[in-house]
Amino acid sequence: MAKKVALTGNEAVALAMKQINPDVVAAYPITPQTDIVQYFSSFVADGQVDTEFVTVESEHSAMSATVGASAAGARAMTATSSQGLALMWEVLYIAAGSRLPIVMPMVNRALSAPINIHCDHSDSMGARDSGWIQIYSENAQEAYDNVLQAIRIAEHPDVQLPVMVCYDGFIISHGMETLEVMDDDPVKKFVGAYRPEHALLDVDHPYTMGPLALQDFYFESRRQMADAMEHSPKVILDVAKEYAKLSGREYSLFETYKLDDAEIAIVVLSSAAGTARPVIDDLRKKGIKAGMLKPRVFRPFPAAEMAKALSHVKVVGVLDRADSLAGHGGPLFNEVRSALYELPGKRPVVTGYIFGLGGRDFTPENVDGILADLKQTADTGKYANLVTYVGIRE
Amino acid sequence: MATEDNGKNKTTKVKSVARAIIDTGKKPGWKDIPRGSLILDAGNAELYQTGDWRSERPVWDAEKCIHCLFCWVYCPDGAIEVKDGKMVGIDYKHCKGCGICAHECPKRASALTMHKESEFEE
Repeated sequence: MAKKVALTGNEAVALAMKQINPDVVAAYPITPQTDIVQYFSSFVADGQVDTEFVTVESEHSAMSATVGASAAGARAMTATSSQGLALMWEVLYIAAGSRLPIVMPMVNRALSAPINIHCDHSDSMGARDSGWIQIYSENAQEAYDNVLQAIRIAEHPDVQLPVMVCYDGFIISHGMETLEVMDDDPVKKFVGAYRPEHALLDVDHPYTMGPLALQDFYFESRRQMADAMEHSPKVILDVAKEYAKLSGREYSLFETYKLDDAEIAIVVLSSAAGTARPVIDDLRKKGIKAGMLKPRVFRPFPAAEMAKALSHVKVVGVLDRADSLAGHGGPLFNEVRSALYELPGKRPVVTGYIFGLGGRDFTPENVDGILADLKQTADTGKYANLVTYVGIRE
Repeated sequence: MATEDNGKNKTTKVKSVARAIIDTGKKPGWKDIPRGSLILDAGNAELYQTGDWRSERPVWDAEKCIHCLFCWVYCPDGAIEVKDGKMVGIDYKHCKGCGICAHECPKRASALTMHKESEFEE
């Protein structure tokens, strides 16, 4: 039986972790992820989970302890944000390179300096090539659903890669909304028991982990990871299908909104998609064919599928809540634009927009401005700037 | 926590990469090596002939040896060969020539001495 509840994003994710009941959680609190650790440690203290909770002194240690637990054969989780992700950087690569199926909720927050605790995607975007699968969530419902699905994706024998489930700091992590959560039993059945192929605590089958692999083997090891990434979309879709049967909520690699006949469209991740939807509806009422594509899975990047979905659109505006600072657009812009290059014949015009850095409000008026911009480009074939900063004081 | 050994989820084709290299003379490709760079064949260091690294060689004088086995205790590579509690020789395929055995050999015996590898050029 599913039930409707009012929860913040962090409460929803902590509940998902409680229902997963991982063997080990090693985590360090950081704003805006703190509530997850707080709620989860109370579940541990109250005996509501069987988890061994490891209190560590930093995020570097949090990810290290999680890696150790996962290598030992445990289902291990952690959670972080911003500077915390930055501090666990080197261990992120070790988790992925060692093919440990760790699942980590990642509450998006800007990186210092200047110090800022509010939402943007600079933290997770920097880790996009670390070998972690990245799933972005629009709201608390999606964050809850994605964390549960991430366990199955990460541990699938065709994948065996860590997964970070991203959602927007404060906007989603601390905003309360109604969502549907499942009972413990069906979740327990869905995630199943963890049966690793290799476990260091399995002393009857000793092996070496983390060896030196130099010019003659490192390259092959990385190639294997790329292969696992390439195979993961099928697993992600299969898991989504099974989850849909259970929950009634359907997920794919990305979500499209009024895109089928769209002349202009935006591509945007996470909570900003919720801001954009009513603006698109308003434009539709005025006869303007606007649409949206909201990526869910950013790693692996579903380039071919995305290009196909956007192929008929005249002008695509890609919105990044992170900036490469290199003057040529954010990460999402560059990857969407690169994906569209593969299309035969006439390709959509693609422009980029940087928005919401450090939690700067992203309003329906901002979306309206961007779509008006795209419409003008569709009518004239011209644009003023390849990349525009939205909502900035000049 | 227990590892399933039913072969269902087996992802690794070559169990011993070291053995495969010795047997075929080729390094396996990316599809065939264990995931996560795991080394699945415990004790495979034996297949790595570190004796190639040696610039100095310990030479054992059986006449002088008192079989105290200090060399066997201290050798970092397990290159001292022992049979029935007695020193019987040196495994030159694995001895790196570090000289610890010669250093630890008691002065009154001096059964192990180091010599330049160039003296043994065949």
